[in-house]
Amino acid sequence: MSLPKPIMRGLLAKRLRFHLPIACIMALLAGATFKFTVAEPRKQAYADFYKKYDSMKDFNAMREAGVFESVRPSGE
Amino acid sequence: MLSSRALVRGLQVGLWRRVSTSASALAAHAQDIEVIDCSIPQYNNRLDTPLPDIPFVRNLTAEQKKLKEKEKESWTNLTKEEKLALYRLTFELSYAEMRKSSDEWKTTLAGVFFFLGFSGLLVWWHRIYVYGDVPHTLSPEWVEKQTKRMIDMRVNPVHGFSSNWDYEKQRWK
Repeated sequence: MSLPKPIMRGLLAKRLRFHLPIACIMALLAGATFKFTVAEPRKQAYADFYKKYDSMKDFNAMREAGVFESVRPSGE
Repeated sequence: MLSSRALVRGLQVGLWRRVSTSASALAAHAQDIEVIDCSIPQYNNRLDTPLPDIPFVRNLTAEQKKLKEKEKESWTNLTKEEKLALYRLTFELSYAEMRKSSDEWKTTLAGVFFFLGFSGLLVWWHRIYVYGDVPHTLSPEWVEKQTKRMIDMRVNPVHGFSSNWDYEKQRWK
């Protein structure tokens, strides 16, 4: 009937010592994953779109379609 | 202000006191109440208090009293049934019984779904008999004109709406 005395103190500290580094690594991983799967492709897509963007051509197309109020289509 | 107070007082005396202290109401209610004397120690089934303040069975029959006397001798003389009987005298539920879950969640979930369905029927009735017409801006003709205008304006051309429209071929990609 002589059981060893169970650990009475430092239980939270022990748990944190194990789980806190894991938590930090997971947080960093989550951030990095988001950056490289979402943020970077999005920035690249915008960069690619505007590399070959002719704003005057687009403006004239929009003007002819009649969406502006300050400039009417060239016909009127 | 004063008249409303007088009114409340009148209602209290004339109506509520008559109702709440009527003999039939008291008699009906007295049957559901189990009066617990909270000034003396109570028995409880709790996982975190393994030894309650009092044993479960307080008023022992003669047979149970005999068993309690036998408990005072060496416990090796007790049979298995006697040991169990002694346990049940002191405790109502064992730890396993306390921890046991019930099937109540199925009833709860069923009730939730039932009333959600019933609410759905009510909303359907409202849709048919109460609600007016939907705004004209949701008609197919208007939505078509609206979509064309959005494409002309180049709404979200990089990733969004207009990125799905092929401007050369003048149709959806």
